[in-house]
Amino acid sequence: MQANTIFLPILVPMVTAVICMIAWYKPKFQRWISLASSIIMVLISLWMLNSVIGGSIWTVQAGHWSAPYGISFVYDGLSGALILTTSIVSAACSLFAGLAIRSNRASFGFFPLFQFLLLGLYGAYLAGDIFNLYVWFEVIIISSFVLITLGGEKSQLAGAVKYVTLNMLASVIFLSGIAVLFGTLGTLNLADLSEKIANLGQDNLINTIGVLFFVAFGIKAAIFPLYFWLPDAYPTPPAVISAIFGGLLTKVGIYAYLRVFSLLFIQDHFIQQLMMYIAILTMVIGAIGALRQQDMRKLISFLIVSHIGFLLSGIALHSKEGYTGSAYYLIHDMVGKTSLFLVTGLLFKIRGSFDIRDHGNLANDYPRISIFIVLAALTVAGTPPFSGFWPKLILIKESWVQGAYHLTTGIILASAITLWVLAGLVSKILWGQKEHPEMKMGDSFFEKLKPIRKAGLLLSIISLLIVSISLGFFYQPLYQFFSMVSSQLLEPYSYIQSVLSK
Amino acid sequence: MEVLLSLSIALLYAAGIFLMLRRSLVRLIIGIILLGNGANLLIFLLGRITKGKPPIIGADAEFMMDSYADPIPQALILTAIVISFGLQAFAIILIKRAYRVVKTDDLDEMQVKIEQR
Repeated sequence: MQANTIFLPILVPMVTAVICMIAWYKPKFQRWISLASSIIMVLISLWMLNSVIGGSIWTVQAGHWSAPYGISFVYDGLSGALILTTSIVSAACSLFAGLAIRSNRASFGFFPLFQFLLLGLYGAYLAGDIFNLYVWFEVIIISSFVLITLGGEKSQLAGAVKYVTLNMLASVIFLSGIAVLFGTLGTLNLADLSEKIANLGQDNLINTIGVLFFVAFGIKAAIFPLYFWLPDAYPTPPAVISAIFGGLLTKVGIYAYLRVFSLLFIQDHFIQQLMMYIAILTMVIGAIGALRQQDMRKLISFLIVSHIGFLLSGIALHSKEGYTGSAYYLIHDMVGKTSLFLVTGLLFKIRGSFDIRDHGNLANDYPRISIFIVLAALTVAGTPPFSGFWPKLILIKESWVQGAYHLTTGIILASAITLWVLAGLVSKILWGQKEHPEMKMGDSFFEKLKPIRKAGLLLSIISLLIVSISLGFFYQPLYQFFSMVSSQLLEPYSYIQSVLSK
Repeated sequence: MEVLLSLSIALLYAAGIFLMLRRSLVRLIIGIILLGNGANLLIFLLGRITKGKPPIIGADAEFMMDSYADPIPQALILTAIVISFGLQAFAIILIKRAYRVVKTDDLDEMQVKIEQR
């Protein structure tokens, strides 16, 4: 196992993006290459995960400049799990996009942009240097800016203005935090920063920097007072792009929380209480926001906000079980939200509308697709034995054990409202009455596809559902894995050792 | 010198945030630009200003003398300038296109027009 193969998750999307750009006038070729590249990435990430599954940490210094002066790339359990999940989600979305994205978007560079987005994501999960993390964040957001405006419809532009503004503000706040951190401590390497803060103690300046990072990542992760861009921006692009964003982009904010707030900042009582209240408010307000939505995508966007609250509550609990619950829920949420958005994309292709009022009677028209829709909704709602249930159980138990009863109430309330919302959505789509004049069954985009293409669209959703269900059924080994990840996060000693000894 | 720089950074941040909260699309993008410049100057200030010294240590220096400029903040600022330049270019074109489509520079009216569809 060569040490430099850590760079494969960065190389593969970059090479694919360049190939897609060279083949700019051949969108069909781009669709195939993108799918092939994503499947290769799944295999690579499985192989890479195999080497850290026992708890070791894989560090490489770029250019052989030794830490802490050089730039480190670190691959530990959390990075491994996230890279694997991102590759699986990107493979499903590549398959769906290859079949469903309209040719005007495909010929204007959807696939190269998608690969650049993946490049930024994999780079962020591998970054061991805080300024490198900032640069990968910028790669992610610039690709997402173009993806969200591709197509140029009016609603896309309005949503994009909010999205662009708030993300640029988040970047500036992140950069300011990095500036003050560098000025205070003189280094940018995460492991070195962790050691220095542990030695110097946490004074007011470090706490201020912590709050700056909290706000910057909070805007990206869409926590309570900073989430307003999400329900306006995510419903506007086509369903595949929403699926990519909903499954992958907000989760980078949570990954940044997990990485920075476990390594760098010791959470004192104030920050912990602040995080808990923000988590509760995010969970409950996000879920309540989903109650009256008529647009399916806006409903799922509010559910994304609500479930970010679950992730934040695990971080706020700042214990082994809390981080285990958060990391497990993170993986489940990535797969679940993507599958829900892909389901809305499929429904759009079948019925021609994203409005819930235009849907109904799917159980009679397409009985087998209806089964998958019910499964997707059940996993996201967190019913046992599917994957949403176990991490929520861990979080509820841990918040009860720690005496944070308000957090327990918030989690249970948000889960109940999520279940209500999803049950209402599914029953309307499957068994409800369509309120508007219906499209004839043979007219839809879906019906006009060849059977192999229909199977392809369904396969993308089914593959995510299989992953999601196995996340639920293989609870025991996954719990061990995420406990290992959590102890790696809570005791950064092994991380620091691995980086600084190079 | 540092005091002057701190005051100007504070002014840039304040002006940037003030402009970002305006109703006009153009003022929004100018606010973003000012805010980005403020952040870059902040990195410059916090990298310990030295006058007239290159970020290189001479080959014949036997011990670390305090007479070189720190190269890392320079690299950080360059990277941040390039990144924010790219983002601002995109944001300006986005706002131009949004203006063409909704025919107004006012964010509130844009929201109303979008909701009316």
